Amino acid sequence: MGPLSFRTYHEVAGEDRSQLGEQVSAQRERVSARMRLVTHVIAVMSGKGGVGKSYVTAGMALALARRGYRVGVLDADLASPTVARMLDASGPLRIDSDGAHPARARIARRMEGQVTDPSSNIPSSAAPVVFSSDLLLADGAPLRWKEPGTEQFVWRSVLETGALREFLSDVVWGVLDVLLIDLPPGTDKLGDLAQLVPNLAGAIAVTIPTEESRRSVERAMRSAASAGVTLLGVIENMSGYECGGCGRIDRLFEGQAGAALTAEFGVPLLAALPFRALDSSQPPALDEAMLVGVLSSITTPASPAP
Amino acid sequence: MKFLCIDCDSQMQFEERQVPGDGTFAAAFRCPSCNRAIALLANPMETQLVGSLGVKIGGRTLDEQPLELVRSTVIGRDDAFEDAPTAQASNRPRWSLDARERLERVPSFVRGMVKKIYTDYAAEHGIAEITPDVMDVARTELGLEGM
Repeated sequence: MGPLSFRTYHEVAGEDRSQLGEQVSAQRERVSARMRLVTHVIAVMSGKGGVGKSYVTAGMALALARRGYRVGVLDADLASPTVARMLDASGPLRIDSDGAHPARARIARRMEGQVTDPSSNIPSSAAPVVFSSDLLLADGAPLRWKEPGTEQFVWRSVLETGALREFLSDVVWGVLDVLLIDLPPGTDKLGDLAQLVPNLAGAIAVTIPTEESRRSVERAMRSAASAGVTLLGVIENMSGYECGGCGRIDRLFEGQAGAALTAEFGVPLLAALPFRALDSSQPPALDEAMLVGVLSSITTPASPAP
Repeated sequence: MKFLCIDCDSQMQFEERQVPGDGTFAAAFRCPSCNRAIALLANPMETQLVGSLGVKIGGRTLDEQPLELVRSTVIGRDDAFEDAPTAQASNRPRWSLDARERLERVPSFVRGMVKKIYTDYAAEHGIAEITPDVMDVARTELGLEGM
């Protein structure tokens, strides 16, 4: 037999029973359909870990909810989820043919001065809804995937992206004004998110004042810009230390990362939040200036960064 | 993926698929012209790689379930979900005792989804009672390894 002359895939007219391309398209359409009910989808990111990104996300959610916005929070940090705990959201999650119903933040009702009943999970229209892998994993258990147990490095990131996709498409977010997505440290997940969510309004970067943080967050912001994500602004966390007694704010870290990043990227500094010794009975609360900044950023988004 | 019979220059037609074990995915194809049959055997890693995308090789035979990928792949807590009770229609299939016991061995993180899949399968096939044999057949037909 001489050399074979193959036709191309598309030249063979019969159908491809697997229709993998169509299956992937259907997945994306499910995300789009769910996100169409959300007015503003905002990512909260940082190139650096430990800057208080989840704390800031929780505070933003509560601040917006206090102003009457319908708010959802998606914890996209699958391996180290924290925001559900900060918002006092817990399961079990109801699941039906429409999808998994998110938990309600119970801490919001404490903010409103309502009676606190830790055992109650009665929905309150003012409280943000929350979804997180923390609600799926046993206490203290790491995120683990089923077999095969070898060569996991090859497919783990694909699974993580698939999980993020399902968190967007299969959670019954309902009609929201704002969905805040708390991303893990690093730069890669924002690119995935930008491709999954066609109506992503933009990203807010969180930093601490140090030069090391500035350099890390700068990379993340450049990565965001190159992915076509609008940069909405910067929040500098741990911007000084506020004395619990007299309220005086002293310097906590060297550096002015917040100011430097806003100048470099031409975006607003949405807030400079001092470190406070927390009263465990109080929720994380952000100040009025920050709330105004966030509201401003989602109503008149900044231009894409250079 | 398409399979072409070289001798006939015809696209081979899908016949059936099975998940015989150890993560292997098997699919049989036959040439409509010369009747020659071939089998595709995908090794577990290839199957896992494609499955990680949340898609089904050979096409979907039932609608995608909520959080299907997460519930099928993550080792989650037993009380993560409360499955909404389904209306008990008179034509819904019954579960035999053996099948119920087998279902109880499925981790509760994914049990509700598995139960719905088998129930829908039985209802669509006019099966009045779900038994372990029915579960085996459905598992093979639907490619539900591990369920």
